[in-house]
Amino acid sequence: MERQSTGAVAGVDSSFDQLNRDWYIDKAVQILVFLGGISAIVFIIGIFIFISKEGFGFLVGDFNFREFFFSPNWRPTSESRETFGILALIAGTASVTGLAMLIAIPFSLGAAIFIAEFASGKTREFLKVTVELLAAIPSVVWGFIGLAIMNPVIIQTFDVPVGLNVLNAGVILGLMAAPIMTSIAEDALKAVPDRYREAAEAMGATRWQVIYKVVLPAAKNGLLGAVLLGVGRGFGETMAVLMATGHSINIPTSVFDSVRALTATIAAELGETAAGSSHYQALFTIGIFLFVITFIINLAADLIVRGIRKG
Amino acid sequence: MFEQATTPIQELAISTEKLNLWYGTFQALFDIDLSIRQGIITSMIGPSGCGKSTFLRSVNRINERLGYVRISGTIDVMGENIYDPAVELVQVRKQIGMVFQRPNPLPISIRDNVLFGHRIHNAGTRTTKIEDDEIVENALRTVLLWDKVKDRLDQKATALSLEEQQKLCIARLLPVKPGILLMDEPCSALDPKGTEAVEELIWELRGQYTILIVTHNMAQARRASEECIFMLMGKVVEHTETGQMFVTPKHKETADYIEGRYG
Repeated sequence: MERQSTGAVAGVDSSFDQLNRDWYIDKAVQILVFLGGISAIVFIIGIFIFISKEGFGFLVGDFNFREFFFSPNWRPTSESRETFGILALIAGTASVTGLAMLIAIPFSLGAAIFIAEFASGKTREFLKVTVELLAAIPSVVWGFIGLAIMNPVIIQTFDVPVGLNVLNAGVILGLMAAPIMTSIAEDALKAVPDRYREAAEAMGATRWQVIYKVVLPAAKNGLLGAVLLGVGRGFGETMAVLMATGHSINIPTSVFDSVRALTATIAAELGETAAGSSHYQALFTIGIFLFVITFIINLAADLIVRGIRKG
Repeated sequence: MFEQATTPIQELAISTEKLNLWYGTFQALFDIDLSIRQGIITSMIGPSGCGKSTFLRSVNRINERLGYVRISGTIDVMGENIYDPAVELVQVRKQIGMVFQRPNPLPISIRDNVLFGHRIHNAGTRTTKIEDDEIVENALRTVLLWDKVKDRLDQKATALSLEEQQKLCIARLLPVKPGILLMDEPCSALDPKGTEAVEELIWELRGQYTILIVTHNMAQARRASEECIFMLMGKVVEHTETGQMFVTPKHKETADYIEGRYG
């Protein structure tokens, strides 16, 4: 009691209203961290505004909804009549992404199940590091593999004239998406409480029964989230797809057809257009479309993954 | 250190001989020789870390999940050594059901929980929905849960109250007709009312199943069991009829523990 009162008295006349250095550092760090925290939001809004602004002229002017989404003719530099139909590009992106998922889903789920449920100790650590390394390979390297290795292999194996096609890009993209999907899927499996496994095993379930009757159903939201993130990756990937698809405008009828992706179109053409031209604005409109699609996919994935945490 | 309950051998549900168990280099059980009679409730008491849960968990070999567990000696269940290499683990666990400390219903519907064991042990044979319904109803009636959940069998089992979850965990063992039920402190996560209800249920199951129950709760051991095993530091100190143990314990350690001098 006595001590406290002396302390308070000493405080009033000396230091209670003083701001020392620590106070300023504390405030500065608070502001810095806050800025860092909201920067992501600022940037994403900034990017959206920028893309929208550039594409806006096209949207209010030459934009023809039906032609844009339902015409397979992308002829932005035609002398007689320019047409901006992205149906073939959508088909290109969708076919490559679809094939990529057919390849990536079994591989990544298998890898995730093995790492989370079977591997232990050093094997697990080694596999996790390897998967992370795989995720870190630059996409241009993957594109190079598609161009230099997959291309001749496909030509020889299937006896087709061109090896840069849906199959090539799909395989490359599948391998690219698999590591990140594996990581997320493994997290989802790890999040299943061990007492579920124990309960099932105590009832006499075998390892496999535990996995497919208990663990996979319990982790299904997280697994779906992993797949959706892979799809998002597939839609957004540019360089590898540009290099491996053959880049020719085409609605594919088989996996040996060359196609062109939405992203690759922007990457290849934007540098050659006059800023502000219809072509330029149309490319930005594709950008808006891609932005919206990937935003929806990522949001859905995020909401689904969050779903498991809650219940 | 060990009191043999005098019973003919064919009535033994579980009998162990010189059972030692190590977790890595740590020895948790020392030369356990136990004979647990069929059809009665046997409780295991003793201070934390005395090895009672470890013993229980080695009877259905769920301990092996840990990977670094080693045992010597034998555990015979219904006269068969369950650690024999020829023994099928799935059959051991079908025969020996286990109830855990924390209720652990699977995150599927109540109905699917009850049918889980039945389905994995009858994988080849398709049962009709009517048969399934009957199995579910019988199991839930036995654990006195049917009236409470009969209208919401398709709801997730994890949404039930803890007491209901624990009853469900007992119910889901019954369809595969195990001979033995192992219970590892089944009431420790429950409130007094839930404890009473589950104890009552365990008492109801007496006779139909051999029940081995680990408990920290002395009053529970006294109320709910016919024979009692007292363990200390990985060894069995005393194994007698429950009433006798609580009235006239033969060993000083038992008396000390029962009177709450340690543990």
